[in-house]
Amino acid sequence: MITARKNNILSQSILHSIFIIMSAMIIIPFILVIAISFSNEKDIVAYGYHFIPKRFDVSAYLYIFKNPTSIINAYNVTIFSTVVGTTLSVILMSMLAYPISRGNLKGRGFISFYIFFTMLFSGGLVPSYILISQYLKLSDTVWVFIIPGLMNAWHVFLLRTFFAKLPESIIESALLDGASEYRIFFTMILPLSKPVLATVALFGALARWNDWFTAMLYITDDRLLTLQYLLQRILMNIQLLQQESMNVDMLGINPSDIPSETVRMAMAVVAAGPMLLVFPFFQKYFVKGLTIGSVKG
Amino acid sequence: MDLVIYINIQAFLICSFLNTLQKEPSEVYAMRGGRMEFFMKTSLNGKITTGHKNKWYKNINNWQLYSLCAVPMLLFLVFNYLPMIGIIIAFKEYKYDLGIIGSNWVGFKNFEFFFKSDAFYRITRNTLTLNAIFIFVGLIASVTVALLLFEIRKRTAVKAYQTMLIVPHYLSWVIVGYMAYAFLHPQYGFFNSALKQLGMAGIDWYNKPKYWPAILTVSSIWKGVGMSSVVYYASLMGIDTEYFEAAAIDGANKWQITWGITLPFLRPLMTILTILAIGNIFRADFGLFYQLTRDVGSLFSTTDVVDTYVYRTIKSGVANMSMSSAVGVLQSIVGFVLIIITNIIVKKIEPDNALF
Repeated sequence: MITARKNNILSQSILHSIFIIMSAMIIIPFILVIAISFSNEKDIVAYGYHFIPKRFDVSAYLYIFKNPTSIINAYNVTIFSTVVGTTLSVILMSMLAYPISRGNLKGRGFISFYIFFTMLFSGGLVPSYILISQYLKLSDTVWVFIIPGLMNAWHVFLLRTFFAKLPESIIESALLDGASEYRIFFTMILPLSKPVLATVALFGALARWNDWFTAMLYITDDRLLTLQYLLQRILMNIQLLQQESMNVDMLGINPSDIPSETVRMAMAVVAAGPMLLVFPFFQKYFVKGLTIGSVKG
Repeated sequence: MDLVIYINIQAFLICSFLNTLQKEPSEVYAMRGGRMEFFMKTSLNGKITTGHKNKWYKNINNWQLYSLCAVPMLLFLVFNYLPMIGIIIAFKEYKYDLGIIGSNWVGFKNFEFFFKSDAFYRITRNTLTLNAIFIFVGLIASVTVALLLFEIRKRTAVKAYQTMLIVPHYLSWVIVGYMAYAFLHPQYGFFNSALKQLGMAGIDWYNKPKYWPAILTVSSIWKGVGMSSVVYYASLMGIDTEYFEAAAIDGANKWQITWGITLPFLRPLMTILTILAIGNIFRADFGLFYQLTRDVGSLFSTTDVVDTYVYRTIKSGVANMSMSSAVGVLQSIVGFVLIIITNIIVKKIEPDNALF
């Protein structure tokens, strides 16, 4: 018995150390980026990126906060598209999911298939690109972040699955009392479905917050960049700066005058940090969204 | 990984919903928790059953429900179905001023051109092999993580580790690109500083295509393993503990229990998720391939995939629009066929999990 227990303690501690190592591997890249952002530019040029800054230096952050226009703009665009896009999208997707969750709606099978088919087949990127940019003229407007991505077939079915599990007797009695379907949907179904609405909203919010692809395709106006696309541009632009500064170097100007290395990483921290502290608190809902289908499957 | 999970889960939902459609209405009623009571009550009373049901049908206000879904369905029509008609661009020589309808038909010329180009072999090979590696390594990694988590007794510790592993899921590929850059920067990158300190020459990572399959695989696992292990872990939580107790009484050790009980229990789920992932093998995770490689041309030989290729041709101007559309159409059709085939296979192995 005693040896068994010892064995247990041993195996448990091995397991814990495995997971501590794994967690470390997750954290290490974050630490590296943060460490670089707090480093001194000259140290980086001399010694390269390191996990512990040789000299603690906040000049990169000062540099960013001295010229904050672009990052504030990007925050505004991203917050707008996330909040407005997600809210509209959840409401509209529920409006579609609720009718097809009602077993007795005529044509329910057709509507379900109509949505389902979009998961199987798509026209590809080119036709959508032409449609959105040349026919709908959504390029370089803030609406391109909101309108094209409103519907997501997967999320509609997630909502539908949840709505279908609500007791039908409450809908029935409300109908018998003379309530309209609209009233039932807005005052009964939606308030009862908060958990699934939260899950779908968080999925949508995460995707919108992290979206750079839409901006990359449709936005040329610098005032309409999303955070992630701004970051991507900085990665590419400072690179250009560096190349130029190498040429300048030959003319006798010190390239390290541009705090490019630390500023870049500081930018990543400022842009990605805040939401990264928020999302884990909603992990429960993300996980629920993943397992909700398999429970029934 | 992200995309793979996304599609997998998607498939699960579809299964459950389509299974519901195929069943008899009475079964559906019995299946749904809330409705079960209602159904049983009415059928016990015998005569009321049909009468009650009919009345119930009359009470539904179909038109109000249709009006609720009108706008969402219109959005699907515009942003999903209109582009499907747009695939005719692939058979035309698209000119901006002539529009989609006005441009000249060229038949299969765009496809021919693509099949004859060097890109065809390169992007097909890269997409297939890299996705195959991701599926295989991803499966092993996520099942292993789930099994190890399952062995940990302390619930709080399990929660903490899971939270930790899921964090990368909240990152965009842009940020992961920054992280990769911090490690791989040819001059200052952490790897090269470390190599230099060990007295070795640094490696010009962004010019050496041979390292990239490994770099991409590691990044993909790093970002996705937490979320994909969640599905397996959730399924492990559903195993009846009696199996483990019985095995322990019989004197089985941990390995025997894992190989004999836990893994076989996961096998159906592993099979289904893998087959479904194979069904999507022609779709690459654009962010991974674009942001990590930073679209550096010297890496294309091992990192250029269908999606990055299509994007580049779109950005290279209207002249190539038809060609990239042809590639997109091929991808859609191959994807569609693969899903149909995988569904047939899944139906044979696990009929309950078939898509349709």
